[in-house]
Amino acid sequence: MKFRAITAATAAAALGLGLSACGGSSGGGSGASDAVCKLPSSGGSVKIGIKYDQPGMGLKDGSDFKGFDVDIARCVASQLGYSKIDFVESPSPQREKMLQAGTVKMILATYSITPKRLKVVSFAGPYFVAGQSVLVQSNSDIKDVAGLAGKKVCSVTGSTSVDNLKEKQPNLVPQKYDTYSACAEALSTGAIDAMTTDDTILAGYANQQQYKGKFKLVGGTFSEENYGVGMKKGDGDCQKVADAIKKIVDDGSWKKALENNLGTDYKYNEKLNPPKSPSCQA
Amino acid sequence: MSASVLFDAPGPKARRRNLILGVIGCLIVAAVLGLAIWKLADKGQFDSYKWKPFTTASLWQNYILPGLRGTLIAAALAVVISAVFGGILAILRLIELPPRSSGAHYPVLAIKWLVGAWVEVTRAIPVLLMMLFIFGVLSANGMGSGNGPLIATVGGLVFYNSAVICEVIRAGVGQLPNGQREAGLAVGLSAGQTVRLILLPQAITAMLPSLISQLIVVVKDTALGYNVLYGELLYTSKPATANNGNIFAMLVVIAAIYIAINYAISKFAEWVEHRLQQRGRTAGGPADADTNLGGPSTVAPVAGGPAGQ
Amino acid sequence: MSSLFSDYDIWSALWTTIKLTVFSAIGSLVLGTIVAIFRLSPVGILRFFGTSYVNIFRNTPLTLIILSCSFVLYIQLGVALADSNAQDFAAVNAFRLAIVGLTVYHATYVCEAIRSGVNTIPLGQAEAARSIGLTFGQSMREVVLPQAFRGAVVPLGNTLIALTKNTTVAVTIGVAELSAVLKTVTERDPGSLNLAFLVVGVFFVILTLPMGLAVGWIGQRVAVKR
Repeated sequence: MKFRAITAATAAAALGLGLSACGGSSGGGSGASDAVCKLPSSGGSVKIGIKYDQPGMGLKDGSDFKGFDVDIARCVASQLGYSKIDFVESPSPQREKMLQAGTVKMILATYSITPKRLKVVSFAGPYFVAGQSVLVQSNSDIKDVAGLAGKKVCSVTGSTSVDNLKEKQPNLVPQKYDTYSACAEALSTGAIDAMTTDDTILAGYANQQQYKGKFKLVGGTFSEENYGVGMKKGDGDCQKVADAIKKIVDDGSWKKALENNLGTDYKYNEKLNPPKSPSCQA
Repeated sequence: MSASVLFDAPGPKARRRNLILGVIGCLIVAAVLGLAIWKLADKGQFDSYKWKPFTTASLWQNYILPGLRGTLIAAALAVVISAVFGGILAILRLIELPPRSSGAHYPVLAIKWLVGAWVEVTRAIPVLLMMLFIFGVLSANGMGSGNGPLIATVGGLVFYNSAVICEVIRAGVGQLPNGQREAGLAVGLSAGQTVRLILLPQAITAMLPSLISQLIVVVKDTALGYNVLYGELLYTSKPATANNGNIFAMLVVIAAIYIAINYAISKFAEWVEHRLQQRGRTAGGPADADTNLGGPSTVAPVAGGPAGQ
Repeated sequence: MSSLFSDYDIWSALWTTIKLTVFSAIGSLVLGTIVAIFRLSPVGILRFFGTSYVNIFRNTPLTLIILSCSFVLYIQLGVALADSNAQDFAAVNAFRLAIVGLTVYHATYVCEAIRSGVNTIPLGQAEAARSIGLTFGQSMREVVLPQAFRGAVVPLGNTLIALTKNTTVAVTIGVAELSAVLKTVTERDPGSLNLAFLVVGVFFVILTLPMGLAVGWIGQRVAVKR
């Protein structure tokens, strides 16, 4: 645990209040129409793996795709000179294998850089630093991790978020579903008391039309997830992608993409974001 | 109601009693349904925004129809491949054993025994297990995406259904009069030719309703592909609910699609059976195809059999 | 091999599969009998309810039904089947919801099995019973039901076998039964996949083959010779 974000706790609380107050002003679900980056008119095509079911990060909406990951993917692709992107769904357990098999060129899917993954794939990044947090109903009296004693806390199958949380609060009751959307739906009906994963994903749900004002983030962030662009081990374009990320941050596209997708009220960890030195980690 | 083994034609007293029973039954069913609907409405499940997406073309074009396509492709592939393999397995199981003096006796015996064991084992292993295994192997070799899920789904279905189809055909042959085989051999056909030219065509015709009903099992079982990330109806449609939180509405619509397809198939099977009976070739219908494991129950005319899922 | 058993708790997965099978079998036998009574009753509207039940649930994939148990029954309707303060709430709740799903689905097959047992009895049997002067109750007890039961044994047995195999679908809502082992091995340790499949597959063969043999044997013993 490198940092213990006291500021983030207050920030998240402010976010919760902000969200319950704002109701639909931030234009959270902007589609490709006001895409942050335009692809060049000529060039090759590229396959990029994203999530299909994470509002705010990577979401398939009709024939369109939207989310922070999607916008960053478009920006990176345009920097690399691609004129067309085929988005491919990349479920969490399949990500390394898809890169190894060359099914996709890169993956932007809330994909954290970890030593274990670096053994099998390369990462360019980070392009965002998220942290695990907790989402509860906006009228809930849960204020922090300590308040989760005896509460049902949801995460997805195959994720370690709940287990991490359980180390801090051994008395919580874990519940796992196969998608975050299921957790969010269960949270909105009160079948569970809280859900936990990266604050980006949680903010995405909180900012979603049908849940607006119903959820709030509590307890600050208590981990550091460095989202990187996953690539095949030893891909020669890795450094180019890292440079592209630097450029995207510098020219303001990064901030625009974040605000478009997660709302202007989303208080990210400003100490670590935007990432100072994205690099190629082969 | 026409005459039944269970009841006599009702008299006035019985009619009154039936009426009372009917009313009580209606009340109980209405109470259960009403409670469920009230609870769902209470949770906002009938809010118009949860159902409105179903009136848009986008939802159908991007989620449900591609999913339906995935389901139908997997079902069609599985049925065709299973029919071919099932036919081959049936031929192998049906070949007449040459006499002990002939050199072919033991090889043929070995083949029949192996095929028999294969059929018993593949029918005993759950389809989902087979899918997960094939998918695991593919995924370990970097084929977990792309066509991997389709191969796993169809593969799992084929293993099980080819064995079932083999047994259905075999049961059909078992019902044919023994004279058919003898006549075939008597006119000089070989054992294999007799099976292929005389017995199989008749058996397949007789078992056609069961074979069609097996189609229902296959269509339903494609939903197991959900667990190996195959883009069937359920898997493809579910992400759409991330937009609207309307998973209940989605499940209702998907169930309705499945019910419509399978109900149509079962009606078709009934129609075929009716036609066959009119032609009088299969008097009495298939009687006992059911010593097999979870195979299609041919006793009830429409039954898809408790097979698969 | 032994590490496979200790790492993935295969014995408890097997036990879960067996428990799922037994409880769902009892449940679907009860529910299926009720539906069959509806379908066979002399009251038209009850027959309609019975037929609708069978047409709806038998034509819906089990995966969908079990998912609905989790998403609709629990998440939407708030029907929790376990002590919500217990540490193992999620596991117990999913296990019981899976039993509900399996019961609802297989009840249709139990209903059809019972109905097919009744349908195999020629009308002449009932007519003969009445014409030799047996009362309605006597003809039921002595003539109709014994034959119906015998006719239903084989399809009921086949339903039990199918049910045993279908418990694997419970993995869809995260019940830790045998196929969940395979799913976990695929994700964590693909090297052991062949072995895990072999072990789990053998368990199912051990569970269902004797059932199949028993059904065939009993079926022949009780078959009504006509």
